[in-house]
Amino acid sequence: MENAIEIRGAVKTFGAITAVDGLDLDVPAGICLGLLGPNGAGKSTTMRLLTGQAIADSGEIRVLGHELPGDSKAARAEMGVVPQLDNLDIDVTVEDNLAVFARLYRMADVPAAVDRALALARLTGRREDAVDELSGGMRRRLLVARGLVHEPRLVLLDEPTVGLDPQIRTQIWTLIGGLRSRGATILMSTHYIEEAERLADEVAVMAHGRVVARDKPSALIAEYAGRETAEVYGPPDRLAEVRAVAESEGLPVRPAGPAIAIVGAERSQNGTIPDDAVRRAASLEDVFVLLTGEEAE
Amino acid sequence: MSAPTSPRTRRMRRIEPAAVAGVMSREVANFRTFWKATTFSSLLEPTIYLLAFGLGLGTTIVTQVQGLDYVEFVGTGMVATAVIFSSALPAMFGTFVKHRFQMTYDAILAAPVDVEELVTAEMLWIGIRAGFYGCFPLIISFFFGLEPTFGMLLVPLFGFVTALGFAGFGIAVAGTVAKIDQFNYVTTLVITPLFLVAGTFFPIDQLPEALQVAANFNPLYQLVELVRHAAFGFEATDFLRFGVLLVFALAMWRLAIRQLGRRLID
Repeated sequence: MENAIEIRGAVKTFGAITAVDGLDLDVPAGICLGLLGPNGAGKSTTMRLLTGQAIADSGEIRVLGHELPGDSKAARAEMGVVPQLDNLDIDVTVEDNLAVFARLYRMADVPAAVDRALALARLTGRREDAVDELSGGMRRRLLVARGLVHEPRLVLLDEPTVGLDPQIRTQIWTLIGGLRSRGATILMSTHYIEEAERLADEVAVMAHGRVVARDKPSALIAEYAGRETAEVYGPPDRLAEVRAVAESEGLPVRPAGPAIAIVGAERSQNGTIPDDAVRRAASLEDVFVLLTGEEAE
Repeated sequence: MSAPTSPRTRRMRRIEPAAVAGVMSREVANFRTFWKATTFSSLLEPTIYLLAFGLGLGTTIVTQVQGLDYVEFVGTGMVATAVIFSSALPAMFGTFVKHRFQMTYDAILAAPVDVEELVTAEMLWIGIRAGFYGCFPLIISFFFGLEPTFGMLLVPLFGFVTALGFAGFGIAVAGTVAKIDQFNYVTTLVITPLFLVAGTFFPIDQLPEALQVAANFNPLYQLVELVRHAAFGFEATDFLRFGVLLVFALAMWRLAIRQLGRRLID
């Protein structure tokens, strides 16, 4: 399968900080790849490398067949970007926000592109309202629609639902689901496990500027977390005791809020896991925490 | 279904008119939301200045300067004031706000637009706006007795070219400072002296000789002279003055691209 994105050995430093550290990443055309990682893992820098807003110190990057940074402008013409933060023009109408970007993307028929984007965001009835008058969910839908106004082959979603309440998040997921069914290639950075599980065909877990694991969510869970996880609740002394026993058996243990989670619980011997432990199917969250050492959101 | 016309089928040029027009269309869309306030202040400010300096100072202390009524002297000079204040300041603050607070440039640069096109569009838009609003003092001066002349038809062009330079200067400053407070240094140390030593309110031949020489390097002074000559008769050296303004605009364009580019592209 042709790759929409190819990154080979990309390194990007900011002073003493290495944000992207020898990153290798291929994104085959037509899939949704979730880039999962904690804050500071290098996800946003990777996105900026792909849009030409950051230039790699070394390594090779190709987007839709265009070599970056030289052919960045041509690559950007064919990709849509939905940023993490709302940067809409708030005093301007919904329609004008979209029309400006339809022009920036050189659309031949700007009104038609705007109409299509409005329909996609379900904002046709609000086209003449200033963005300032929209609800948070509408603004986010408009932000997504703005990135899709030119029907791009590749869409970069940078933390598309960060900071949103569950209802709005679901609306955005529906929009992204629509994109997937249209066949667009999607690279979506997120630190929400549920988002990656629901939307991504494959998940690449990033930590310290590189991909540390990549596969389908179910395959990642099977490889790194096994079948079952046991959550144990109790006072700190007891949790420390249970943890020590589990680790002596070679079972990975991770913090899980007020509890500890013993991963790969199906491999435990009698007595390792207390009877009052809550057993559940292993999840991508277990993989994420084990691989990155960070608590998931 | 509509489709993008060009980028998918041809190699993109370094500066694409469509990209510049697209960025300018954003400015126009925003301007439509606040043009009334801008126009109001652009009309009122010169009126107040002309009342204060022209009728107040001009009838009590100074009556004529260089053979002109003081109100004519100030009215023509104030074109430069209007141009610098409607170009350098909006460029400085507007660029900084769009970059740091609104993150507008992140959105634009994610589209097929480069920094060079972005800066060009911003400068052109500010230049057009300042060229237009820069004429307001002249128009107000008509009501204070200034005679219209055909030469004045060139004033929007002079204002436009000067504003391009100061817009570039403002963008370059915004791309250089770390905090918005640092604009105070620039307004105090650069803009105010330029504005005062431009021959707007008094002729520069009253200044010490060193300052008179320095004033020749002040684009605002060149603009003031061009506007006065447009009103009262051109001189052969006006080509040179216009050339200075063109060079200033060109130099500031490149500087703005360099400074903002460093800020926007990691």
